[in-house]
Amino acid sequence: MTAVKVPVLAAGGVLADLNPRRDGRDLGWLAEARLTALEWVGKHGFPTRKDEDWKYTGLDPILAVPFEAAIAGSGARVTADLINTASVDLGGPRLVFVNGHFSAEFSRLTGLPAGAVVTTLASVLAASPDRLEPFFSHTPGEHHAFAAFNDVFAEDGAFIHLASGTTVDEPIQLVFFTDTEGVPLMSSPRSVMIADSDSRATIVETYAGINNDVYFTNAVTEVVLADSAQIDHFKIQNEAVTAFHLALLDVRQARNSRFSSRSVMLGSSIARHEVRVLLDGVEAEVSLDGIYLPQGEQLHDNTIFIDHAATNCTSHQLYKGVLDGRGHGVFNGQIMVRHGADGTDANQKNKNLILSDRAQVDTRPRLEIYTDDVKCTHGAAVGQMDDEALLYLRTRGIPLEEARGLLVYAFVQEMVDRIELEPLRASLETLVSTRFGTDAHRAQQ
Amino acid sequence: MLHIKELHASIDSKEILRGVNLDLNLGEVHAIMGPNGSGKSTLASVLIGRDGYDVSGSVTYEGQDLLALSPEERAAAGVFLAFQHPVEIPGVGNMYFMRTALNSLRRERGEEELDAVDFLALAQERMKLVEMDQTFMSRSVNEGFSGGEKKRNEILQMAILEPKLAILDETDSGLDIDALRVVANGVNALRNEGRAMLIITHHQRLLDYIVPDFVHVMAEGQIVRSGDKDLALELEKNGYTGLKPSSERSAQVGATV
Repeated sequence: MTAVKVPVLAAGGVLADLNPRRDGRDLGWLAEARLTALEWVGKHGFPTRKDEDWKYTGLDPILAVPFEAAIAGSGARVTADLINTASVDLGGPRLVFVNGHFSAEFSRLTGLPAGAVVTTLASVLAASPDRLEPFFSHTPGEHHAFAAFNDVFAEDGAFIHLASGTTVDEPIQLVFFTDTEGVPLMSSPRSVMIADSDSRATIVETYAGINNDVYFTNAVTEVVLADSAQIDHFKIQNEAVTAFHLALLDVRQARNSRFSSRSVMLGSSIARHEVRVLLDGVEAEVSLDGIYLPQGEQLHDNTIFIDHAATNCTSHQLYKGVLDGRGHGVFNGQIMVRHGADGTDANQKNKNLILSDRAQVDTRPRLEIYTDDVKCTHGAAVGQMDDEALLYLRTRGIPLEEARGLLVYAFVQEMVDRIELEPLRASLETLVSTRFGTDAHRAQQ
Repeated sequence: MLHIKELHASIDSKEILRGVNLDLNLGEVHAIMGPNGSGKSTLASVLIGRDGYDVSGSVTYEGQDLLALSPEERAAAGVFLAFQHPVEIPGVGNMYFMRTALNSLRRERGEEELDAVDFLALAQERMKLVEMDQTFMSRSVNEGFSGGEKKRNEILQMAILEPKLAILDETDSGLDIDALRVVANGVNALRNEGRAMLIITHHQRLLDYIVPDFVHVMAEGQIVRSGDKDLALELEKNGYTGLKPSSERSAQVGATV
């Protein structure tokens, strides 16, 4: 099959025809950064499957939709109930974005200690835009067109700044909800999190929408951790199955900082969660986990790049996929150990359970090591349901379908259990077990 | 309750059961002995409905065609197998597994399901039979269990699920003498008028602890001799050599009461 030919100028189907609705509000540096990014996209186009990093993820369905850029104030169907159903309320600060724009109506910004700023990108752009210059000029356009496209369109998202020594006990929730009202929308949320030395917080990002809506979330989240800062990050991607979701989580870590991210992919027609981590200071630690559960015609792509650029840093990755129907999973994980990054301890594991003979998984764990004193392991496994375990359960009277569900759930349960944050864990347990038709209350007690 | 007639089973065109005949009544304990490869475990597999065998002949269980039922339907009808190699199932809690199993059976029989509290009380009582403590229940099914612990876990399931026909496949294999005694005590405690047991074993040793009503010897896919517990002792002395199936004999053996 040949790829859809895109106009030379646009280099990306109708998507590239989309013009930013800018009206001169941007400051000089921002206008310039956006223009540079747009030119980058114009020059390089959107990735095709010839690009190593997009080999398994075709984008034609996204590029072919005449999206409109989402504007503030849209999303008339959104109610507090919809938001609460999409994202369990964890009781702490909660920023809700509708179609990529902050909604004060559904948000709550109480319970923050002095030293913690939790606000919106739009308000920072209005009040003290220069704070954002290092982020927009740190254009992730060098990675790929969608991050650059976010540079062009991003107007809002979360802005979090933790001053030195600040600890936020309550998890900070970011909810990105889309309601197209029938018009295909592209939203470009951009979130920035800055953790100064010795600060600590938990951040939960949830993406959801209304079924049958066609929309495209093109999200970028940047996290910068100073010395000894610690961020625990969760991401729940539960978009409508008619939606597209491409996200970049870009993390930079200084000395002795700790970052963890746990990702759960449930929704979207095509979804990609890309995580890039730069371990730039000694003894920094990162831990990334993910589960992806494509079924029907869904494609779930996890692309990870961990850059060990300093000595004695540690990185862990564990990704598990369950592929059903004609679902397609991608694990494309790379660990780079730079020259001189001695004492690196890196491991990467990807396990997949295939439930249908029409499902597919492409797994590609990669190590690139330019120094000697390292401890690196990686592995990938693809398996089917354990027939012996299935028989065992059935001989105890558990019906076939329930037995299957139990085994599938058991495969991912380890990942759900790693989410120590209640009631998030419980809500995910329900989401995941409902998907596999098992009893949500497995009760390990 | 169980009538096996001319049961043949082959896998990959290799015939393993070559005309097994056997009758069991409620309350009876039958032992099937025989050398490795004689078809003992295949008989157990066919009785619980493992896939992959070409089966002919008939198995009637309480008037039903057992071979027509799925494994879970057989379980609901009261058939249970204590596996020779119980499978490890990481991620499924032992307690949750047993409660799900019991409630599946109860649901199938139109009985009310047990909630977690009632089930815990039941499990705690039955655990005493096999001298298991509660830490086993909070672990994943058989995961990291020693050989003896796995076998005790099988007997615990039997104690909880209360089958009418319990098949024990090489339950003694891999057990030291203490574990063997615990397992055998558990089995003996579950022996009653409402339950038949079929004990498959390679060694006579287990039968010192669980004394069978009938002993059958299997060789080359047939039952070649049947007798009482003394037959096991005789085999212990003389071994299995010289035991070959003969068509005249196999047609009439089998315990009849």
